[in-house]
Amino acid sequence: MARKVVITGLGATTPIGGDVPTMWKNALKGVSGAHTLEDDWVAKYELPVHFAARAMTPALEVLSRVEAKRMDPSTQFAVVAAREAWADSGITEIDHDRLAVAFATGIGGVWTLLDAWDTLREKGPRRVLPMTVPMLMPNGPAAAVSLDLGARAGAHTPVSACASGTEAVHVGLDLIRAGKADVVVCGGAEAAIHPMPIAAFASMQALSRRNDDPEHASRPYDRDRDGFVMGEGAGALVLEAEEHALARGARIYAELAGTSVTADAYHITAPDPEGLGATRALKAAMFDGRIQPEDIVHVNAHATSTPVGDKPEYAALKAALGKHVDSVAVSATKSQMGHLLGASGAVEAVLTVMAIYDRKAPVTINLENQDPEIPLDVVTTARDLPAGSIAALSNSFGFGGHNAVIAVRSV
Amino acid sequence: MASNEEILAGLAEIVNEETGLAPEAVELDKSFTEDLDIDSISMMTIVVNAEEKFGVRIPDEEVKNLKTVGDAVGFIANAQA
Repeated sequence: MARKVVITGLGATTPIGGDVPTMWKNALKGVSGAHTLEDDWVAKYELPVHFAARAMTPALEVLSRVEAKRMDPSTQFAVVAAREAWADSGITEIDHDRLAVAFATGIGGVWTLLDAWDTLREKGPRRVLPMTVPMLMPNGPAAAVSLDLGARAGAHTPVSACASGTEAVHVGLDLIRAGKADVVVCGGAEAAIHPMPIAAFASMQALSRRNDDPEHASRPYDRDRDGFVMGEGAGALVLEAEEHALARGARIYAELAGTSVTADAYHITAPDPEGLGATRALKAAMFDGRIQPEDIVHVNAHATSTPVGDKPEYAALKAALGKHVDSVAVSATKSQMGHLLGASGAVEAVLTVMAIYDRKAPVTINLENQDPEIPLDVVTTARDLPAGSIAALSNSFGFGGHNAVIAVRSV
Repeated sequence: MASNEEILAGLAEIVNEETGLAPEAVELDKSFTEDLDIDSISMMTIVVNAEEKFGVRIPDEEVKNLKTVGDAVGFIANAQA
């Protein structure tokens, strides 16, 4: 019998809230975090996309200038979210050799990398900062969180594009089940609202171009969706072996019942049109958590708002849940906060845990004309979830054909 | 040409920017590592910023000889002379 793992702490910094209480309040209300970018580089490089969803609270309002100086913006977000989750867990005493970190990023320290390149070209090699390498490395967020909390049972960095944050939760569950740690701080962080990634995602036609109306640009499942909206931020969860949490009388949000990771092996960016890899991931996560389709009351969907992405996810949900798919309250929270790339799965894991704990499904905004080919029961005003034992799923899919799913159960 | 007092004040400003230490804590007899707790990466950042501020070149092999704030002020003053 595998060790049971529970969630005892939550943290987040996102475009709709600089902490979990603010984010959750807004997620139930239904707000948009997308706004026109005021940066001069938008016009300078004639970017085809003029908006994004910035973190509501800049990391520099939370961290001191000196501590932020040695961190890429992605790492700053990671530390902000991880500190909130840690404080929220109420853990005061811990065997640091039994505390691990699994913190993901999709892209890594892209601001640091490109700033250093600009510096090299404009001022020469002498002016490239000595902290450049530790700031740009993708394991920067995991390392900084480990350093901040004194986590010595390993600091891991799963990288699987937009599935990274969910895969970090998967890694965290495995670490505890395998007996390699008793507590894991897991999550994901991303800070890629920089002209180069915007140009690159726009070039592959992945971004919405609704420049005159950013608040309505992210519209998963809507007939007129035209791409995702870049977001930034971080989400963090404290996972804990159940016996460890019970021994200290912890407040338990929910059980992390099961997780899974699969690969499409179909195409480097396009999702398998039938969603076969996603279906296998959904079934595997439910099997791992000993969950039946009928137990699922809520899904936090990946639903990025791209024309090609939303449909295969529906096919996968239908294949994995069968007829029960019609009875599941589906939330597409990227409608509110945009797509946080490698952080999205972690933030959505936080939202899924809150949904189970608070028994409320968060809102999908901008759904005006639902795509008739995706007849899901989409939550457009906050909805109560049933009493009794309930479970929910959160999906994430990433370029490269990565599929990651977590299953959360009420306690 | 900056006076030693001006170099010290400029250096204190750079140290403050990098580490958050109060500028008045940056005194001539203070050791960068022992007293001010500055690690090698911060020291390199301070050196490069000092080069730009004072228009001098501080070779990498010279940095290890700059043990105290006074050593750095002296080096910069000489290099400017």
